[in-house]
Amino acid sequence: MTTALSIKDLRKVYNNGFEALKGISFEVQEGDFFALLGPNGAGKSTTLGIVSSLVNKSSGQVEVFGYNLDTDASKAKCELGVVPQEFNFNMFEKVEDILITQAGYYGIPASEAKKRSEFYLRKLGLWDKRDGPSRSLSGGMKRRLMIARALMHEPRLLILDEPTAGVDIELRRSMWEFLREINAKGTTIILTTHYLEEAESLCRHIGIIDQGTIITNTSMRELLQQLNTETFILDISPAQTECPPLDGYQATLQGDHTLLVDVEKSQGLNQVFAQLSAQGVEVTSMRNKSNRLEELFVSLVDKTLGDNKKGGSDDE
Amino acid sequence: MSNRELFIAFWTILVKEIRRFTRIWAQTLLPPAITMTLYFIIFGNLIGSRIGQMGGFNYMEFIVPGLIMMSVITNSYGNVVSSFYSTKFQRHIEELLVSPPPNWIILAGYIIGGSVRGLLVGLIVTLLSLFFTDLYIHNFWVIVSVVFLTAILFSLGGFINAVFANSFDHISIIPTFVLTPLTYLGGVFYSITLLPEFWQHVSQINPILYMVNTFRYGILGVSDINIGVAYAMIIGVIVVLFSYSMYLLNTGKGIRQ
Repeated sequence: MTTALSIKDLRKVYNNGFEALKGISFEVQEGDFFALLGPNGAGKSTTLGIVSSLVNKSSGQVEVFGYNLDTDASKAKCELGVVPQEFNFNMFEKVEDILITQAGYYGIPASEAKKRSEFYLRKLGLWDKRDGPSRSLSGGMKRRLMIARALMHEPRLLILDEPTAGVDIELRRSMWEFLREINAKGTTIILTTHYLEEAESLCRHIGIIDQGTIITNTSMRELLQQLNTETFILDISPAQTECPPLDGYQATLQGDHTLLVDVEKSQGLNQVFAQLSAQGVEVTSMRNKSNRLEELFVSLVDKTLGDNKKGGSDDE
Repeated sequence: MSNRELFIAFWTILVKEIRRFTRIWAQTLLPPAITMTLYFIIFGNLIGSRIGQMGGFNYMEFIVPGLIMMSVITNSYGNVVSSFYSTKFQRHIEELLVSPPPNWIILAGYIIGGSVRGLLVGLIVTLLSLFFTDLYIHNFWVIVSVVFLTAILFSLGGFINAVFANSFDHISIIPTFVLTPLTYLGGVFYSITLLPEFWQHVSQINPILYMVNTFRYGILGVSDINIGVAYAMIIGVIVVLFSYSMYLLNTGKGIRQ
């Protein structure tokens, strides 16, 4: 399998002395949908900034589909499309001109660029806005414009830095569908997001970065298997005054119609339903207490923070 | 990228630049036309008629080449400094940084874009001058070459200014405190032979003097300085500014973190 992105021992020290990346290494395979997660200031945007040639690295190596960013920058950049976190297009230019200009930077003739811009503007619901200045677009439309712009040269690797930040839920879901569609057609996607539900829903592999270090790099399935206990919220009927006893499970009654049940990985839910049914309690609906990935993410990042604090006190 | 793709990338930047200054023509093309018309009326007609001869020509004939050059200088510089700084400020420089064109293509696009505005304004001012005086052509190729080289030189200057600028104040400091005084003292309105010998020598370190006089030579056939020295100086400065601009782009100064 071809490696879409290879990062080796990447370091970045900013001019103020802040070490944003402490020698990270990871790979993303062709066709993958990869989530790069981490708390604010962890080094995600610095990593993607270096890959996108927007940030100078201090040392290390980056390759895009085998093209080294130092020695073969032009070819590497042709394989890469970038959707940044902040709006970074000319607010005074027409929507369509932004796309055609971007295609021109990649050496695509205007006639071909016009065809592609029509395709992506229609696909992303911006066709009616093509003649207006980009500043007149809504926030969600501006995000879609940046996705269209990044796809104009049909890159094999697409990087999206928090593409759905500030986007309403309906639009977010339609963007997910679009990203799934282009991934299914072969485009490798790397995504950063603070919506862990988004990462869990879309991505097959995940890297978690914290304080400039990769703390986890694995498949989503394997990562979620690390979660030992999940809490389920059961809406029950009829109303209860005391928590119904559930042998082998930790349960808490919240209000008179809601039951919180902790279920370990080795346990099933059938026993919960059977025991409640035997007591004449019906489960009317059920959901996870919180996003599974969110629980893991918090525990992994907290663990790193704890380790670092411990290391700090040892030094003293 | 193939040569054809490189050309398309260059052409895209150039067209974008031309589209920008023509879209805001009331800020870019109209003001110099009005300002220079006022210069022609006030300095050329009203005051000039009382000054008499300058360098063997009437005053209006003498100042027209200088005023054309002045407009080329300020507009070439002003176009690139404001366009490239805006590109940085609005962050759409990132569109170029993530794209494959080499830095020399990016620089060439901006520099030729700035030069086109400088030359277009120069042409507008030239056409306006015809309402006030006859225009001679002593040496066509000197006129064309020096005006083109001057536009390139000041476009490069504007580019370097924009790279270092961190605020809109920074893009007006050099034009206001360096470019304008050098232009006014660069022989636009007078022949340096009128100055005491000491100030004639001081004037000769002003690069704009060389450009204005070479252009005036192309039109009127008179110059305060040696034309060969002027060309060597202009080309030398272009090479230095181009090399420095490339160094700034390659290191990412002011545009990459």
